[in-house]
Amino acid sequence: MSEIILEIKNVSKSYGGVIANQNISINVPKGKITGLIGPNGSGKSTLFGSVVGNHPINSGTIKYKGKEISHMRVGEIARLGLLRTFQQTRIYGEMDGVKNMLISRPIRHHNLMPSFHRPHKDDYEKANSLLDFVGLSSKKHLLAGSLSFGQQKLLEFAMALMNEPEMLLLDEPTAGINPTLINGLIDRLKAANEEFGVTLFVIEHNMRVIMNLAEEIHVLANGKLLSSGSPEEIQNDPRVIEAYLGGH
Amino acid sequence: MRTWQTNIATLVILVFFLVAPFLFPNNMSQLSDLMIFILIALAWDMLGGQMGYNSFGNVLFFGIGMYIVASSEVILGGFKLAEYTSAMGGNQGSFILTPSQYLIGFGVGIALASIINFFLGLLIGSQFLQMRGHYFAITTLAIGVAAAEVARSIPIIGAGSGMNFPQPPDGVPLFHILYYMGLALVVLFFIFLSWLYKTRFGFIMNAIRDDEDKAESMGLPTASIKSTAWAISAFVFAYAGALYGSAKNFIDPSEVAFPFTTIGVWMILMAIMGGMGTIWGPIIGAIVFQIFKELFWTYLFGWQRVALGLLIVIIVVFFPDGIMGAFNNWKKRRNLQNTAKAKT
Repeated sequence: MSEIILEIKNVSKSYGGVIANQNISINVPKGKITGLIGPNGSGKSTLFGSVVGNHPINSGTIKYKGKEISHMRVGEIARLGLLRTFQQTRIYGEMDGVKNMLISRPIRHHNLMPSFHRPHKDDYEKANSLLDFVGLSSKKHLLAGSLSFGQQKLLEFAMALMNEPEMLLLDEPTAGINPTLINGLIDRLKAANEEFGVTLFVIEHNMRVIMNLAEEIHVLANGKLLSSGSPEEIQNDPRVIEAYLGGH
Repeated sequence: MRTWQTNIATLVILVFFLVAPFLFPNNMSQLSDLMIFILIALAWDMLGGQMGYNSFGNVLFFGIGMYIVASSEVILGGFKLAEYTSAMGGNQGSFILTPSQYLIGFGVGIALASIINFFLGLLIGSQFLQMRGHYFAITTLAIGVAAAEVARSIPIIGAGSGMNFPQPPDGVPLFHILYYMGLALVVLFFIFLSWLYKTRFGFIMNAIRDDEDKAESMGLPTASIKSTAWAISAFVFAYAGALYGSAKNFIDPSEVAFPFTTIGVWMILMAIMGGMGTIWGPIIGAIVFQIFKELFWTYLFGWQRVALGLLIVIIVVFFPDGIMGAFNNWKKRRNLQNTAKAKT
């Protein structure tokens, strides 16, 4: 059995009277690709937000590499090597692709002194190589804000990889990406997992993508964990089919 | 512009500034004000233009710097501050400094003012920079207003009556000293910022401006970068305030020390006029602003503020990215045209 890198145990999160996550327990194995699916409003992004410290949880525990992180701040969690990307892309729009990448180099401490250095040649090489990896080499000198939504998604993914995370939470990585490019993106996600050893935890609405990508999938519905299993098991689970298609 | 062209232009401007007191000996007050304006425009742009934190509160450090240097001149001149301020208006003749006392008091005061405000900036920044957007801007505006009121209630610095600087002794070319001290920090600060904006620190400042939440979620030390930038800015504002107060020779709490309706607005206007978020923009903005301000104050007296307001409206409407922004946009268009021509 694989080592568990992220342990979510009995996590609940509510906003006023709206329960977004209720008593959710999920284990994410290290070095694997794990999927998280569910209809709109089922609480997937809220759960990601709870894991990376965007908001406090009401109850339960979240452990990353055995360390309790549920009360840590966003930056502290990121410095542990646990990052997320967003449904709506978050890039630095007024800078070009290369600068977006250089900014994303990892910082694992509070010491400011290394910040007073110019980027090294190695940093440029790594930035260029990752931009090439996601297919953005020809766009690297354009302002990030002028890229298409799909290209911004790819840039955001490359920025995350530049940060050398051990685990990456991807929120709908293929949303807004041209269907002809999706196969390429699946390959890149798999390569990031295999070549860079990044554990991926992926929210995805495109069933073809997630079934192709993930080794294990968890399904949320109405804020609760509905089902967990391999892609085959999930595809054949009547509760999942009902949650997606409605109980008629 | 290519690097060598930029370097030559920089050198020409520097030489011009070095000889300006010889070219315009009757305008030393305006020239020293120009150096002060360049300093505060650069220091404001560091926060507002490069980091996206639009602050009105920098006048706090400007005013404190002024009070520190005046107090230093008095104390190192061998007088008691309370006696000096209470005697103001009637008995200035008793408080005459020798040139060396004056210069030592001025030098020590300006160094103390800058260093103290740097640490004060760190302290205040760690608290106020947790706020963002309009909340941050309004809070800093309140700081400037409150500072003037607090200064009005402190008798040892003259309270509401203000505080005179000790008279410069005969033979001390005050405005030349102020001008060249201003120019020295302009040059050093320009070199420092040119370097800083190319480091990771500068990149993270830009990241905070573009999307602070994203920067935080990537583990970047946003809080310490913001506080440090604010403290560096405070250092420069205190230095500039010390020069400005010395030039005016009198500190009125709200009109000179914490003047948020003049300096507090001008520092932003100069950066906007020149082009926010660029290294040359605040410098060009300060030069243009100072030239027009002096022209309007000289030839349109009575209407000078109306004319200044109109100038600002014209620049904001026709050059929304400032003068440097318009120049950069023109360069981009020209490059695109050249590329298109080369292809055909």
